[in-house]
Amino acid sequence: MKPPKVLDDLRALRAITAARIGLPRAGSSIATADMLAFDRDHARARDAVHLPFDHASLLAGLRERGLVAIAVHSAAPDRATYLQRPDLGRRLAAESRERLLVAADDPVPELVLVIADGLSTAAVHGNALPLLDALLPLIRERGWRLAPVVVASQGRVALADEVGECLGARLAVNMIGERPGLSAADSLGIYLTWGPRVGRKDSERNCISNVRHGGLAHAEAAALLMRLAGMAFTRQLSGVALKDDRQLLE
Amino acid sequence: MTTYRYDLDGVRHHFADLRELLAKASLAKSGDYLAGIAAVSEEERVAARFALADLPLRTFLDETVVPYEDDEVTRLIQDTHDAEAFAPVVHMTVGQFRDWLLDYSTDAVALAALAPGLTPEMVAAVSKLMRNQDLVLVASKAEVVSRFRTTVGLHGRLSTRLQPNHPTDDPLGVAASTLDGLLNGSGDAVIGINPATDNVQGATRLLILLDELRQRYEIPMQSCVLTHVTNTLEIIARGGPVDLVFQSIAGTEGANRAFGIDLAVLDEAHQAALELGRGTVGDNLMYFETGQGSALSADSHHDVDQQTLEARAYAVARTYSPLLVNTVVGFIGPEYLYDGKQITRAGLEDHFCGKLLGVPMGCDICYTNHAEADQNDMDNLLTLLGVAGVNFIMGVPGADDIMLYYQSTSFHDANYLRQVLGRRPAPEFEAWLQRMGVTDTDGRLAPGDRPTPLLAALAEVGGHEAA
Repeated sequence: MKPPKVLDDLRALRAITAARIGLPRAGSSIATADMLAFDRDHARARDAVHLPFDHASLLAGLRERGLVAIAVHSAAPDRATYLQRPDLGRRLAAESRERLLVAADDPVPELVLVIADGLSTAAVHGNALPLLDALLPLIRERGWRLAPVVVASQGRVALADEVGECLGARLAVNMIGERPGLSAADSLGIYLTWGPRVGRKDSERNCISNVRHGGLAHAEAAALLMRLAGMAFTRQLSGVALKDDRQLLE
Repeated sequence: MTTYRYDLDGVRHHFADLRELLAKASLAKSGDYLAGIAAVSEEERVAARFALADLPLRTFLDETVVPYEDDEVTRLIQDTHDAEAFAPVVHMTVGQFRDWLLDYSTDAVALAALAPGLTPEMVAAVSKLMRNQDLVLVASKAEVVSRFRTTVGLHGRLSTRLQPNHPTDDPLGVAASTLDGLLNGSGDAVIGINPATDNVQGATRLLILLDELRQRYEIPMQSCVLTHVTNTLEIIARGGPVDLVFQSIAGTEGANRAFGIDLAVLDEAHQAALELGRGTVGDNLMYFETGQGSALSADSHHDVDQQTLEARAYAVARTYSPLLVNTVVGFIGPEYLYDGKQITRAGLEDHFCGKLLGVPMGCDICYTNHAEADQNDMDNLLTLLGVAGVNFIMGVPGADDIMLYYQSTSFHDANYLRQVLGRRPAPEFEAWLQRMGVTDTDGRLAPGDRPTPLLAALAEVGGHEAA
């Protein structure tokens, strides 16, 4: 009997793990095809971080859907600063803050939707509008009053705290590009914060992760978001306490 | 409190206290800028380094960077300082200490004898005067050896932590990556799994999986599930097969509290695992992970620079005679270490400081996708740390961790280093690899079509999949 090919056998196990196992070797090193495959995946992850944020197309898409939309910028002026100063990415630039304060309106909106580039502009370009298309009918069904949709450049998760505070919203939802991995560079995260205001802790938020084609589908993410938002309105809170409650319910 | 000043070509620079002097003398790191404590100009940085060079080493025994009354790590450092061991360098300034370390006559024996006499702040201070090559040279002279079922850290050896993570802790997925690692000669430092979920039952299941594999193939290895120390205590209490106790640690009491630990719980876990008596060639059984920036991230940095605080974490580590201390150097992100240059520098500093303090230092040479770094930067640091004599590095399938979403070093990277520097695995593990036909007596990997007894395990994993 022919001896088994160890690497082939290992490669066959890739059905049970996405790990890069069974790589053909050149000497003890990784052979060319898999080395290039790694570089391809890393290239996509790098591009996802550094691709310029096309907020103009996004704003146009929002207006096409009959939504009022406002573009804002965080206090981080550029990508390099954004990456090194997460504190600046959590706060609005002064002029953006002014614009939101002017836009605030009575009666108080129930919900503000923020779309932020975060660490993956590719995630926002690919997922924000499809997610909204799944979400908007559900929001309209509930009759929740929406604040203007805010499109934020160089934004972190907590930027939605100040946005929500300026607009007086009861619940802030931040749809934001997640840090890209090699396996997926375009995952969108959704963060819910009840009573948004500057200084909220991460433990006061709920997160839905890995929203993308091939990950958590947009319709499922929208349904999950509505369920969490509904619970936040009922309990008047978000974060760890809400999550615990959800686990008990299930 | 003492203030410091230095006149650099007629310009006077002031430093309010020891921690400001250390922070300003630090090489540029984004985390120190984020904390607002870094030098504001290169001129100020070099002035601080001049001032630091003139500082008597014993200053660090009289003045603390984090108050003694407020911080149990400071108390540990001060209370366990060995004045007798410190004697050979007691009269030196930091600059003279650098020169002494580089001297031909300062060898592994001298460095080992000195280690208990050094505080982390002294070691951090001298590292700030050193070029990268100095950090490599001095560290390469030090030898810190630790033992459990393998002997790690001998000169001429390079070990690896096999890291077979899986996003859902699937035992088959973990087993597949483990076998791939073993067949590439990886795992002699530890086979260590980062669990995706914080769950005692799940962790125990993975420990049993690895323990059965170890016994079946008589592998000289130790396993570890990198779960919180309190979980490990519970696993021990339930009779689970715990080889090593893992915990992330930091250089201040506050940062450790953010990790949910203090020195008392580390003591408790260390004792509990020692009582199991599972080691064969030694009883070094603690596995610590650290990384620059963790104290700032926990808002417990006391305005001390991240490199000095990292060295203080090694003072915590050495109290427990660990098997492995791993600086996870690029994992924390670009707000602490911005690019390949900063990651490289931090990795060399951490390895140097750990070795000087007598800690068995390894490095997770790694980066995230939002850092300005790539695999070539990792190759450079990998090579530098290999020359510096790093005890162990990570072995991750294809360098891509599919659970933690970052890039580290692959099994192949370790074999590159072994090949180019003539390093061999831990002696017990090396003999096993040859027995199993994974490597030949020259340390070369067997061709992929050569059968080894491990193939039975492989077929079994494949069989589970088919079923």
